[in-house]
Amino acid sequence: MAMAAALQGLKVQAGPQLGQSLARLFASAAAPGTIKVEVMPYKMHRLDAPSNVVETSVEELKTFYHTMYRMRRMEIAADMMYKAKFIRGFCHLYDGQEAVLTGIEAAITKKDSIITSYRDHCQHISRGGSIFSLMAELMGKAEGATRGLGGSMHIYNKKGHFYGGNGIVGAQIPLGAGIALAHKYRGEPNVCITMYGDGAANQGQKYEALNMAGLWNLPCIFVCENNHYGMGTAEWRAAKSPLYYTRGDYIPGIKVDGMDVLAVKNAVAFAKAYALANGPIVMEMDTYRYHGHSMSDPGSTYRTRDEINAMRTERDPIERVKKLLLANGVDAAELKKIDKEVKAEVDGAVEAAKAGTIPPDHWLWKNMYMAPLGAEVRGVLPGVYKSPDFDPEYKN
Amino acid sequence: MLAHRNARVAAGRRVAAAPGQRAFVGARPCRQSLVAAKAQKKEMMMWEALREAIDEEMERDPTVCVMGEDVGHYGGSYKCTFGLYKKYGDMRVLDTPICENGFMGMGVGAAMTGLRPIVEGMNMGFLLLAFNQISNNCGMLHYTSGGQFKTPLVIRGPGGVGRQLGAEHSQRLESYFQSIPGVQLVAVSTVKNAKALLKAAIRSDNPIIFFEHVLLYNIKGEAGDKDDVACLERAEVVREGTDVSIFTYSRMRYVVMQAVNELVKKGYNPEVVDLISLKPFDMETISRSVKKTRRVIIVEECMKTGGIGASLSAVINESMFYDLDHEVVRLSSQDVPTAYAYELEAATIVQSSQVVDAVEKVVGRAAVHA
Repeated sequence: MAMAAALQGLKVQAGPQLGQSLARLFASAAAPGTIKVEVMPYKMHRLDAPSNVVETSVEELKTFYHTMYRMRRMEIAADMMYKAKFIRGFCHLYDGQEAVLTGIEAAITKKDSIITSYRDHCQHISRGGSIFSLMAELMGKAEGATRGLGGSMHIYNKKGHFYGGNGIVGAQIPLGAGIALAHKYRGEPNVCITMYGDGAANQGQKYEALNMAGLWNLPCIFVCENNHYGMGTAEWRAAKSPLYYTRGDYIPGIKVDGMDVLAVKNAVAFAKAYALANGPIVMEMDTYRYHGHSMSDPGSTYRTRDEINAMRTERDPIERVKKLLLANGVDAAELKKIDKEVKAEVDGAVEAAKAGTIPPDHWLWKNMYMAPLGAEVRGVLPGVYKSPDFDPEYKN
Repeated sequence: MLAHRNARVAAGRRVAAAPGQRAFVGARPCRQSLVAAKAQKKEMMMWEALREAIDEEMERDPTVCVMGEDVGHYGGSYKCTFGLYKKYGDMRVLDTPICENGFMGMGVGAAMTGLRPIVEGMNMGFLLLAFNQISNNCGMLHYTSGGQFKTPLVIRGPGGVGRQLGAEHSQRLESYFQSIPGVQLVAVSTVKNAKALLKAAIRSDNPIIFFEHVLLYNIKGEAGDKDDVACLERAEVVREGTDVSIFTYSRMRYVVMQAVNELVKKGYNPEVVDLISLKPFDMETISRSVKKTRRVIIVEECMKTGGIGASLSAVINESMFYDLDHEVVRLSSQDVPTAYAYELEAATIVQSSQVVDAVEKVVGRAAVHA
């Protein structure tokens, strides 16, 4: 109900046509190569808004298209593999929310840190992981991102400064504050992007982390990916105040159209500069997930199919970038070529992952402890003892 | 590695106090080093020893930092970080607000990047609020991240039954934490082992949950110097004996030794082993003791149900059944909330007279002692 009203408001105020028509308008006037796009104005809390005219280029838009399409196809492949029972357990998909992550990555460097919740497949990719290692992890293979030991909710990428992948709602938020603390402790000019959802926004530990980050001016950017549903509960039924960007109280906030990668990129660049100079900031990304909360949730018992379809036709992040590209002289055939390449990459990764190896039994006792203690772990049956060892490369 | 080390100990050879260290020359010191050693060692209280350990480690390694409630300007509720903020600054001795779940998570996050935080729980019981962070994000992280991230954290604080502190401030959390895969549990009991073990815990790359006791902070003893680093996985043989093996830890060590004074007068010869490492158990020392005496009494402060003694009893039962002449006897606290009234509180925990009774029952009449 609330969503329908919001959609109507959106159509009236600044329909998806606006971005396009203005792009045409500005494209001819601006310097060659630069495209100026007006994005939805930001809603601010205790802070002045950055400009909502974003500069971009065809090249940049093409990389955005490629990145988001890769994420989309990967998540759809995960959906198919789950239904085919190659992936088991919990599987939380990110399709629909690609613009949030793509915009964030465009505004930060690989030395900045990211931490998120269980909806973490795409973060592994954006932080430098391969689609193959992700698929292999989802299928529980030894070649997976965490060797088949973590699963969908525990993807980590240390090289890419990606700190996971956390199963418990909201538990990653204090961790993110700690990572930001470490950046400040070491005097590094880096931020920690701490991502959570509208459901986690009601967790006490989020406020504990906000308080500490505010006290010590930690370079922590709290990003609330508001997809409007905490599993099956709509935001207005869970939060007394669904204005998540204001819930930091004394911490300034900014609300962004999370389906528009340019709006996200612009806002995150602004937030990073703010965080390094002043301290924490809360960002609310107004976004949407097409799938249910996880593969166990059909996603249609608490919202209407009309709503989901409306989102797909009117606010899809990939379609928006596609329209911009087509309006700026890019050939539709070129985009189709990108599509084909991405499909081939994802399909190849899925097939390779299916052919992956099952982690051997003795990996069960590896790497519980950093230093080998000579301790022995008892097995299921009496008289069975195993020595855990330290082998972070899983060489044998 | 520990097995190899234990074999060398059994053979009477000198061994290093911790992996990577030189063997500590303590067996037969020459005159010069004796004098030097005396000059370095001085008597101090346990809180001073812990403070010295933290100070020395923070000086040695700039990634070591402390976070907790009132650790900085207030000096620590048990003075374990007294004055350190003046020396190291507010960032390295961080006064946190009262949010255990929040600052424990923060400590874990900082540890994931390579810092070495010492997170203090003002009372171990408060860390129940941080259980999720300790269990999921700290203990299991090295494993679930496929060996990528380590969490070299020390979680320390006082636990145990104090003097009429009430049920909620008299908790024994070692029982709850022992099941978490990936953490190490250490319980200190003397000034010497407190300082040496805390240094080892700070240097260790594993997450260590470090149990101090509210009533032991003011006990006096000699502490070692700045190179005295103990082995975290080694139990301490407090008294060699032949009649019965009494396994204990933390403050109960003193209760046991008080009972031992009486038992010796009666002609008994108990062996007392301070477990020190509650997870993993030092099975080499424990099994050597059990094989020698063939009788086991476990004296602990945690509850009967699901305590450290319950685990130890099961291990001894399963692996040393034919070495026992008597079932493993556990003396533990009663499964009740700790009462406030002095007499009732005393009745919930093990008293030395009960230890004496248990030894008399298990050993029977005193063996051949005139």
